[in-house]
Amino acid sequence: MKRRSFVAKSGLAGLTTVLGANIVFKEFLPDGYVPLALQQEPDPFKMFEKDEAMVVLNDKPWNMEAQAHLLNDKVTPNKFMFIRNNGLIPENIDVDNWTLTIDGESVTKSKTYSISDLKSKFKHHIYQLTLECGGNGRSEFNPPAKGNQWTIGAVSCANWTGVRLKDILEEVGIKDNAVYIGYHGADVHLSRNPNKEPISRGVPISKALQEETLIAFEMNGQPIPLAHGFPLRLVAGGWPASASGKWLNRISVRDQVHDGEKMGGSSYRVPCETVAPGETVADDQMCIIESMPVKSLITYPKSGAMIKEGETLKINGHAWAGELEVSQLEYSIDFGASWKLANLASPTNRLAWQHFNSVVTFPKKGYYEIWARATDSDGTKQPMVLPGWNPKGYLNNACHRIAIKVI
Amino acid sequence: MENRKLSRLYKPLIVICTLSLIIGILLFYVYGSKETEEQVVETDPDLIENGIHVRTGFIDADGLQVVVNNCTTCHSSKLVIQNRMGVEQWNATIRWMQKTQGLWELGENQEIIVNYLVENYPPLEKGRRAPLTNIKWYELKN
Repeated sequence: MKRRSFVAKSGLAGLTTVLGANIVFKEFLPDGYVPLALQQEPDPFKMFEKDEAMVVLNDKPWNMEAQAHLLNDKVTPNKFMFIRNNGLIPENIDVDNWTLTIDGESVTKSKTYSISDLKSKFKHHIYQLTLECGGNGRSEFNPPAKGNQWTIGAVSCANWTGVRLKDILEEVGIKDNAVYIGYHGADVHLSRNPNKEPISRGVPISKALQEETLIAFEMNGQPIPLAHGFPLRLVAGGWPASASGKWLNRISVRDQVHDGEKMGGSSYRVPCETVAPGETVADDQMCIIESMPVKSLITYPKSGAMIKEGETLKINGHAWAGELEVSQLEYSIDFGASWKLANLASPTNRLAWQHFNSVVTFPKKGYYEIWARATDSDGTKQPMVLPGWNPKGYLNNACHRIAIKVI
Repeated sequence: MENRKLSRLYKPLIVICTLSLIIGILLFYVYGSKETEEQVVETDPDLIENGIHVRTGFIDADGLQVVVNNCTTCHSSKLVIQNRMGVEQWNATIRWMQKTQGLWELGENQEIIVNYLVENYPPLEKGRRAPLTNIKWYELKN
C-alpha cells in the first residue's frame, strides 16, 4: 500500500532514482524485499544503533528501554540508552542553519545563536548526567497507570558535552522576575498538526542556572544521536528526563511557571498530598515533579544466575538520587530481613550515578533474591514495595530485585 | 578537429544511454508495478493469524475494525495493548485525547472501542509488589 503511494507520489524524478536499483538488480532482490528507504517499519535497532536486547515499547512515537544487565557500563553507551519520545523525530535536520533562540517575557532582549556561535562564544563543559524517565517503573503500579509501561530500563548516565545555559542566559540578560524556563523543540506532534507541540516542558530558573545544566551538542564525545535530540539538547540531570528537551531550538525565559505541553494535568505531576491507590485527584491538587527520588539497579549479574554451593557472587550496579548524592547502598539476600553494606563510589561529578559492588555469600542451597536499597544524603531510603500511587504512575523507586539460585 | 572526433565517439554512447533509460522506464512500468501489486497482497492489512490481527497485533474480536480505524491513526497499537484499564479509565483517556491530542468525536463507536479493550485487555491484579516472574535461569561461571 505505502509503497505504491510512494511511487505514485514521488513522480518521475523519484522514479528514476528508484529505477536503477529496480531494473539492474531486480533479479537479485529476495522475494518480498523492500528497499530500506521504502520500508514501512524500519528496523529500530539499526536505525537508532541500539542493541537488539533493548525492548521496544512503542513505535509511534518511538519508546525503547534497556534491561538492568544492559546498563552495567559506568558510562551508558548509546546502544543501551532508553528512548522516550513524545512526538515524531524531526525530518531533514539542517545543522548548518540550526538556531537556538532565547526569548520570553523575562529576557531583556531575545537573541538567536547558530550552533557555531554557541560553540565559539561559550566555554565547553563535560558532565556525566543521570537521566531517568519520570515514568520508569510505571508497569508495577496497581491499579495500572496509563502510558508506556516502563519496567526498570528508562535510565541512563552518559557524558554530555555542551555550554552552560547559565552562561548563555547571562549574555542574553534576564530580568529579576524570571521564574522558569520552557524549552521548544523541532519534533512533530503525532497528529502532524503543525500548531501543536508534542512536549514543551522546563525547569525553575534556579535549576536552569546550575553549573551542570547544559545546552549539549555531544553525547559520549560524538554528535548527539538522532533519537536523543540531535543536534542540540537541553540536559538537566537528576530531574525527569522530560525536562531535558531534545531537538532544541528555543528556550523561553518565563515570568510564570512554564505552561507548555505536558506541564499541566497529570503529565509529569503527582498528587501534592499522597492519595489511596486509584483515587481521583483534582488538577489543582497535582504538583510538578522536580528532583527524581533515590534509586539503584543491580546491573551484574543478570537476574536468573545459578551458582554452585560454596561459591561467592560478585555483584555491582549504580545508585542515584536526583539532586542529592547517594550516601549508602545496602543489599539483602533474605527478602529484607537483614541488610549488608556494599562498597559505594563517589560520583564523577554532581548528578552522575554512583557505582557499587560487593561480594555476596550464601549460607546454603536454595532460591534467593538480592535486593538493593540506596539511601540519599538526606537519609531517605528506597521503599521495598511500591511508593505512593499516583494517576500516571511516576516515581516508582521500589528496590531492584534479581533472582539467584544456589545449587 | 579534436572536438568533432570526441563527439563522434560519444554519440553512440549517448544514444545507448538514452535508449536504455527509456527502456528502463518502460520495463519498470511493466514489471516494477507488478512487483508493487505483489507487495500489496503480501501485507494484507486485514490479515488475521491465530486470532491476532497481524498488522497491529490486536486480538481478533468484536470491535477490532473500529479499534484499528480509530486508535492506530496517531499512535501505535503497541501503546494500546500494553495498557490495561477499566471502563472509567478508558473513557477518561479518550476524553483526554479529545481535549489535548486532536482525537475526533467517536459517537457510538466509543462504547464499541471501550468494550473491546476491557474485554480483551482486562486489568491484572498486581498487589503492592509482584513476585519476580519470567526468570531465565542460566549457569554463572566465575
